[in-house]
Amino acid sequence: MVEDPAMSAREDILGRIREALRKPAPFPGHGHAPTAATTHSPAPPPAGARSNLHGSPVIPLRPSVAARPWLPPGGVTPAEQWDRFRTASTELKTAVEEFDSAEAAHARLRELAGEQGWSGIASHRAPLTDAALSALSALQLPTLLTDGGYPVNDMEKCSVGITECDALVAQTGSILVTSRSTGGRALSVLPPHHLVLARRAQLVPDLGTALEQAKARYAPHWPSMISFITGPSRTGDIERILVLGAHGPKQLTVFLLP
Amino acid sequence: MTVTLFIPCFIDALYPRVGISMVQLLEQLGHRVECPDDIACCGQPAFNSGCWPEARAVADPVLTRLRSSEVVVVASGSCGAMLKKFYTDLFAGTGREDEAATLSGKVWEFSDFLVRCLGVTDLGARFPARVTFHDGCHGLRELGIKTSPRRLLERVQGLELIEMTDTETCCGFGGTFSAKYPMISTAMGEVKCAAAQATGADYIVSNDSSCLMHLQGLLTVRKQPVKTIHLAEILASR
Amino acid sequence: MTAAHQFLEQARRITRDLRHRGLIQTALRKYEVKRDEKKLAFPDWESARQAAAEVKWDAINHLDSYLEEFVARLEARGTRVHWASTAAEARDAILGVVRDRKAKSIIKSKAMTAEEIHLNDALEKEGYEVVESDLGEYIVQLRHEPPYHIVFPAMHLTRDEISDLFHRELGSAQTREPEELTMIARRVLRQKYITADVGITGANFAVAETGMISITENEGNARLTAALPRTMITLLGIEKVIPALEDLALFLPMLATAGAGQTLTGYNTMYSGPRQPGEADGPEEWHVVLLDNRRTELLADPEQRDALHCIRCGACLNVCPIFRNVGGHTYGTAYSGPIGSVITPHLRGLKDWKHLSGASSLCGACTEACPVKIDLHHHLLQNRRNAVVEDAPVLERLAYRLFAVVANHPTLWQFAKELGRTFQPFHRWILRTKLDPAKAWTATRDVPPMAEMSFKEWWRTRQ
Repeated sequence: MVEDPAMSAREDILGRIREALRKPAPFPGHGHAPTAATTHSPAPPPAGARSNLHGSPVIPLRPSVAARPWLPPGGVTPAEQWDRFRTASTELKTAVEEFDSAEAAHARLRELAGEQGWSGIASHRAPLTDAALSALSALQLPTLLTDGGYPVNDMEKCSVGITECDALVAQTGSILVTSRSTGGRALSVLPPHHLVLARRAQLVPDLGTALEQAKARYAPHWPSMISFITGPSRTGDIERILVLGAHGPKQLTVFLLP
Repeated sequence: MTVTLFIPCFIDALYPRVGISMVQLLEQLGHRVECPDDIACCGQPAFNSGCWPEARAVADPVLTRLRSSEVVVVASGSCGAMLKKFYTDLFAGTGREDEAATLSGKVWEFSDFLVRCLGVTDLGARFPARVTFHDGCHGLRELGIKTSPRRLLERVQGLELIEMTDTETCCGFGGTFSAKYPMISTAMGEVKCAAAQATGADYIVSNDSSCLMHLQGLLTVRKQPVKTIHLAEILASR
Repeated sequence: MTAAHQFLEQARRITRDLRHRGLIQTALRKYEVKRDEKKLAFPDWESARQAAAEVKWDAINHLDSYLEEFVARLEARGTRVHWASTAAEARDAILGVVRDRKAKSIIKSKAMTAEEIHLNDALEKEGYEVVESDLGEYIVQLRHEPPYHIVFPAMHLTRDEISDLFHRELGSAQTREPEELTMIARRVLRQKYITADVGITGANFAVAETGMISITENEGNARLTAALPRTMITLLGIEKVIPALEDLALFLPMLATAGAGQTLTGYNTMYSGPRQPGEADGPEEWHVVLLDNRRTELLADPEQRDALHCIRCGACLNVCPIFRNVGGHTYGTAYSGPIGSVITPHLRGLKDWKHLSGASSLCGACTEACPVKIDLHHHLLQNRRNAVVEDAPVLERLAYRLFAVVANHPTLWQFAKELGRTFQPFHRWILRTKLDPAKAWTATRDVPPMAEMSFKEWWRTRQ
């Protein structure tokens, strides 16, 4: 029988790994670690925590879960969380605009279309975007919907990509989008302006919560892409000077709807 | 208590005033000082060059000689790190690792010994000058010494401490590195000297004479006015 | 010329180049200010580091099962996984895909593993056009240079040099505005994304639990690379695996903070398959190439296994005073700075790369900066020890033997000092000449005079 070379590479690598791991390595943070005060007393695993695969008692609580209190906070109360989100957005140069009603948001959309001279809109089918597009329909702008596929060159010509989102993250000022719920992979990065229509209730405190929520919503049938967008596209590759709109959108706007 | 003062080779031969100042200060505080005559070096040059058996040839007698000491005070942060942190590596698997661990428990760098072991910060020193402090890397990162020398300097009459930018950046000495890669060592020293110079200080102070030897060497060749001085010499000034 | 000679020659050149050093130091100082500011947002950075180190320890010390879990989940969603023991196997796997698809042009987002296996050279040799899409990578590609730094590939260039480059290579008008320069590249690369048949990416993390890779970037170029071409290829080292999705909530902010002084990088994207039914776009097929390339040799060294914890944030490079004074190209390796000096001897042979471990003052700034607590500077010491065991420098060892004898005999030690005192006055006759045995020191530094009375002499007279 001819051996499948790919199979043998797989077995070779796994074999080398198993051989290598026969000698145990010291647990981190001991020996020469120059920083003190980093040892944690092991806590019992909380209900529902993911035990490690091997049933070994080495890590009783996933360290990344234990680490939540040590990460930048997302805020406890909604007020704190909104404060974090707004501060982070300002710093990132994400424009956040809040509206009391969908109508007010739609009026502002029409205004923006005029101010920025939109020549085409790309979007996808979802309740908030549908409503927005019908409110914009009077402007008679060419509109591309990505659902079910689209010509890339057409999207490239659009002035704005309008999407919903899965979550807003207070901790980092991020917006969670996916290839299933927000119009595919390119819609939020190809047009020069990404405009997000979000419900206020979509705010979550931190990345951990956003990931948990996504997991509850999708696993195991994940969208092929989920992405945390944190500010407009940026680069500092030239003399470490910040430039927006490196490859993706130069502008990121979040409309907060009731 | 009886303090065993470990005087490294280069302090013995080049900077005896540093050791003498330490003896005076420790005696002034009422301690008995002993300085072993039969050991001269901790073995770090060979150790850092990767020649561990040769380093052990130097370090074996040190380990034996210091076995009976109550407390060992080292006149350099770098040699202190060697005795306190690296001997356990050096002697791992040789049957002497326990001795190395025991020694580690009683080794102190000089300034840290004064402040954190003896609880002393005011030694009655007077040194009217503007100084900036250079954190030697081994003292800072292997032994975690950051505040002790500064607390001692704060109590020196007439002394003004001006922190330089990048005070924690390596001066470029690095032991044998300074001779094996002199161009890099020199470049790093230039950066350090410039940072010290920018403070307008009269002196660069450190608890490691090896860093100061390198920096003074550069300053002298460049005819720069900043001088270097070991912390112990300042503390012994009246 | 050996790698060691090349290193010395380059180091000599860059350390003399004050403009170059100034540029790097200014850029990294800006980084430090931002990093310190962002670190303050962590209520306990040190504990977060410990947690990150523990997660990585778990991942690396159970690498076989996590990898199998990762691969099984990827394959279940229609992704083709290729295992590559060597750089050549990885190149072949990628070339095979590119050939099969009859691709003409390839768009690539930043991947250090691709640098490691010299992927672009291999593709170009076969006649394919490969375009780097990360702005910094694109700039160094136009210069036919490797990236200068694993996170900031073009940090050694000024805007004027970049303007000249674009003018020469792309025919654009000269400008001193970073924004205009960025837009020139944006316009050129836009077309490349749209026409490319294949997109190649790297990965920052591979999540075992969900069978996802995670890519961290600021520009959106990886997002586009993974969105538009019909075929997507991802090349990653086997050490990139982490156990659980929630681990990203820890690693993404730490990577951003340690790597670039950001709260979070612009785009953090997790891919779990090619375009799925009902999705608007995305590649029809996705190939994931898992690269060993002697990582398992490093894994077999428990003393230095933690070097595989590396998340390639570049923090150790940024704080390294050696890096800051010799620059990234001097190393001659895909991975430069402290982490490169630690792992390159494992990946490419200790004999030829041990000089990198020697070229360190062992200051430990790298270890202090590492977000996953790799014991970097002590590993350099261990590499030095291993190099001596492997290939003993006879003269040096003899010298240390001799020194040990002298240092441990008070009379010999005393004699040596007297010898030094006697001969030091004559040293100035040969100072800085070829005859000067201490020329490496004296060329730039004064030698302190031997004390007239050594400490031990003082001590003896006092007793």
